[in-house]
Amino acid sequence: MSRYTPEEKVKIARHPDRPGTADFINALFTGFFEQRGDRFCGEDPSILGGIARFHGRPVTVIGHRKGKNLEENLRCNFGMPSPEGYRKAQRLMRQAEKFGRPIITFVDTPGAYPGREAEERGQGEAIAQCLALMSALEVPVISVITGEGGSGGALALAVANRVLMLEHAVYSVLSPEGFASILWKDSSRAEEACGVMKLTAQDLRRGGIVQGVLREPEGGAHTDWQATFRTVDAALTRELAGLEKLRGPALARQRYEMFRAMGQGLPPAGREEP
Amino acid sequence: MNRTFSRRRDRLLVYQTMREGKITSARRTTCSACGAECANLEWERNLWVCPRCGFHSPVDAYYRLSNILDPGSFQELEERISPADPLSFPGYPAKLSALEEETGLKDGAVAALGRVDGCRAVFALLDSRFLMGSMGTAVGEKITRAAEYAARKKLPLVTFSASGGARMQEGIFSLMQMAKTAAAIQRFQSGGGLYISCFTHPTTGGVTASFASLGDIMLAEPGALIGFAGPRVIEQTIKEQLPEGFQRSEYLLDHGFLDRIVPRSEWRAVLGQLLALHEKGGRS
Repeated sequence: MSRYTPEEKVKIARHPDRPGTADFINALFTGFFEQRGDRFCGEDPSILGGIARFHGRPVTVIGHRKGKNLEENLRCNFGMPSPEGYRKAQRLMRQAEKFGRPIITFVDTPGAYPGREAEERGQGEAIAQCLALMSALEVPVISVITGEGGSGGALALAVANRVLMLEHAVYSVLSPEGFASILWKDSSRAEEACGVMKLTAQDLRRGGIVQGVLREPEGGAHTDWQATFRTVDAALTRELAGLEKLRGPALARQRYEMFRAMGQGLPPAGREEP
Repeated sequence: MNRTFSRRRDRLLVYQTMREGKITSARRTTCSACGAECANLEWERNLWVCPRCGFHSPVDAYYRLSNILDPGSFQELEERISPADPLSFPGYPAKLSALEEETGLKDGAVAALGRVDGCRAVFALLDSRFLMGSMGTAVGEKITRAAEYAARKKLPLVTFSASGGARMQEGIFSLMQMAKTAAAIQRFQSGGGLYISCFTHPTTGGVTASFASLGDIMLAEPGALIGFAGPRVIEQTIKEQLPEGFQRSEYLLDHGFLDRIVPRSEWRAVLGQLLALHEKGGRS
């Protein structure tokens, strides 16, 4: 499992041929109906969402979209959402709850877009509302971190009953470049940052941040899409079956308690002198 | 029980006396905004708002509370929560103990029970002296417990934020505090609790993108920098200079994200008014 170093995993997680949200939706779901727009002021293609069937059962599916070629990359802002994207996601999740549909999210973003218009329209508020809303949903929510889980922009779609992670995906408080730039004022020390950040699926499983690690084909998900889809399909089927046994309030409670416990019970920082 | 409470109350009094002893007209402080140098006594009389340009310089959590709460009403909550080092980050424990030595805080947040004009409320404040008020596991836990305490006691919750965002040194565990605090606020509010969120300079990143943006009432000090991404990161991304006043309180007010801008000298009056308006039965 740990044949790759954290730096190598970051490269695999960002591989341009890695299956993205649109690919997972095509392969794992039928009858996808895309829902667009935040009903306030815009449509953000960097978040893709809608209604579809998962093994016959209607679900709401939402994920980050990076795009497959330069033109799409630009349109999707390389998977960095704006507030409109997060508000669209909120709209879709509220609707899912109204109609009793489970929610499945695919997480793959370098982070929320740090741009002028995004700030103007309340990037922080949009993410905060996603977190608050997701924490209390009374339907099953499963998130799969498929590539890069960067910062609050990733977490905004990942307050789930079960957070699963592909074996070589990464999930962190900030991109390794941003981390190095903040802590050491030197973004070129990103590789070193990868080493200390504990951003691999294996580390996060150990830390209780994710609940399952999904095996990737030899070399990474981009080498064999079908095998990746089979693994993710099986995991979603299994988790959904487990969660559907719980009633709405119990689902909200389980999710609340899981995140409530994160960071609790860690040993206090040692106070030895340097 | 009573003894514990009175000891906690004393802490704010002792702190105030200690501060007053230190303030003299002989020492001077330069304003980081306009560069004017004024005597500390003059700063103190002006609540550490620059006497020349009006810049609301960051103040510590106890000082802020001492200007807002009814005298003798301060009772600190959850003092014992201490930080963790889940990444075994080089130099982090030493940094924490140096800051504890310097500030008397175990981490960057203070929670307290207090009264404003007789109205009881739970307060949670970030203290920017402690790693820029960044939110790691201890800060997240304190905010969460403050919200839970307020829910249990059916009291309003008031937070003052001042933060660089999620604390890098605690990695993903810091990120999860965003979900944890947002969930706690959501639960508190859906139970009918009043949450007043007050932004002070500067508040960015994971704090703006979690509990601080969820207030029923949203307030800020004048000129405070409030945003998700910091201005330096935005300028690097869009490769252009940001306009004057971008991401400042006044800008957020214009864009619909704040109810009001509150100068430091008016916090007590404004919070008193809001808390009274939400008293049970709406009595005046």
